[in-house]
Amino acid sequence: MSRYLLDKFLYTVDRDPELVERYREDPAGTVEWWEAEMANRILNCTSDERSTWLEFTEDERRALREHDHVTLFQMGAHPFLTLTLFIAMFERDHGPLEYQKAYGKAMEHITLPYPDITT
Amino acid sequence: MAELAAVIASTHHPFYYRASTSTGADRPPFADEWVAKIERFRETLTRAEPDVLVMVGSDHFHQLWLDNMPQFLVGKAPFFDANFYNEEREFGLPRMTLRGEEDLAAHLLRDGLDRDFDLAFSNELRIDHSITCPIITLRPQADLPIVPVYTNIFAPPLPQPRRFVQLGRAIREMVESWESDKRVAVIGTGHLSLELGGPRQFGEHGPDPEFDRKAVEWIASGDIEGCLAEVSLDSLHQPGNATHGFMDFMLMMGVAGEGRKADHVDTLDLFHTMEAYFTWYPNGVPGEAASA
Repeated sequence: MSRYLLDKFLYTVDRDPELVERYREDPAGTVEWWEAEMANRILNCTSDERSTWLEFTEDERRALREHDHVTLFQMGAHPFLTLTLFIAMFERDHGPLEYQKAYGKAMEHITLPYPDITT
Repeated sequence: MAELAAVIASTHHPFYYRASTSTGADRPPFADEWVAKIERFRETLTRAEPDVLVMVGSDHFHQLWLDNMPQFLVGKAPFFDANFYNEEREFGLPRMTLRGEEDLAAHLLRDGLDRDFDLAFSNELRIDHSITCPIITLRPQADLPIVPVYTNIFAPPLPQPRRFVQLGRAIREMVESWESDKRVAVIGTGHLSLELGGPRQFGEHGPDPEFDRKAVEWIASGDIEGCLAEVSLDSLHQPGNATHGFMDFMLMMGVAGEGRKADHVDTLDLFHTMEAYFTWYPNGVPGEAASA
């Protein structure tokens, strides 16, 4: 399991307006493209100087494909990254704060201690 | 030597800008009270007549990322552009450009390294809402040069709480040993109890009002030892999963000094989180006779 790679997906998508829309509309295609093209890109290096070893587990792919923020939380993805991106994608479909409250409600069965988010 | 004109610690609520500028049906019912409290808070900085602002905050995965993550970082540059696309998107924050005070930044880096703080630095830093929120609340004209100091309260492993206090104490000594006739205010922002992306988020109050009550008391009374006795990296998970931002308040307690009562204390209980505002005047309240 790679919390780092989950975080990297959430981070690189959240900061790019085009990718936010693409992930909202086509999560399966976006996850597949991202893992092939972006997962091994070192953000502060040129495109030729890539990593060679980063990949998702099937469970991680599924959680991302299914927009499953509860599972992402349980996997230890950084909650700030997940929340920010999911608000960007889905708040627009709801009334004021409705999405944020439902997002928390969907996790009400989760108790302390929360999953470790250390990378 | 430079004078430490004011020490200010605050929450940084990214929704203040939108709440305070909205009108009509869009204006939330708590906006007027919030604006009134902010305007009183702003006056505590204005009356200190600062020339330079040291701004303590924490990047929220904007420019700083997990492939290269500093624990403490000083920005040394002539200018700092500010706010990011996702902050415009979610909070409606404006893009800004602030001037930098490179001479003080260089002094903090050199003196800090010599005091065994292995500070990282950045010569091209885009700052985020942890620094622009207090600019918007405390100095909306954004006319003073700044030295940003970023701390890692966000991406574990994190430094220990005592390290934040130690850095705060060092920042105070370093500001007061800066060879300058400038008046410096040190402004830092953090959080009380806060939950982001977890089951306790966006409630009627902050996730742990009892922690908030104790935290305000520690800060207002300068009770660093009492605070350090109760707060650890582990304990901060209990009040809410983003409560490690409280360590920036602990840093500011270090700047203000052990046992130093704040000269201005105010709070506002909002949905999701409690706002808290503190100002200390190390050399007496401006315009009043020195108390000691």
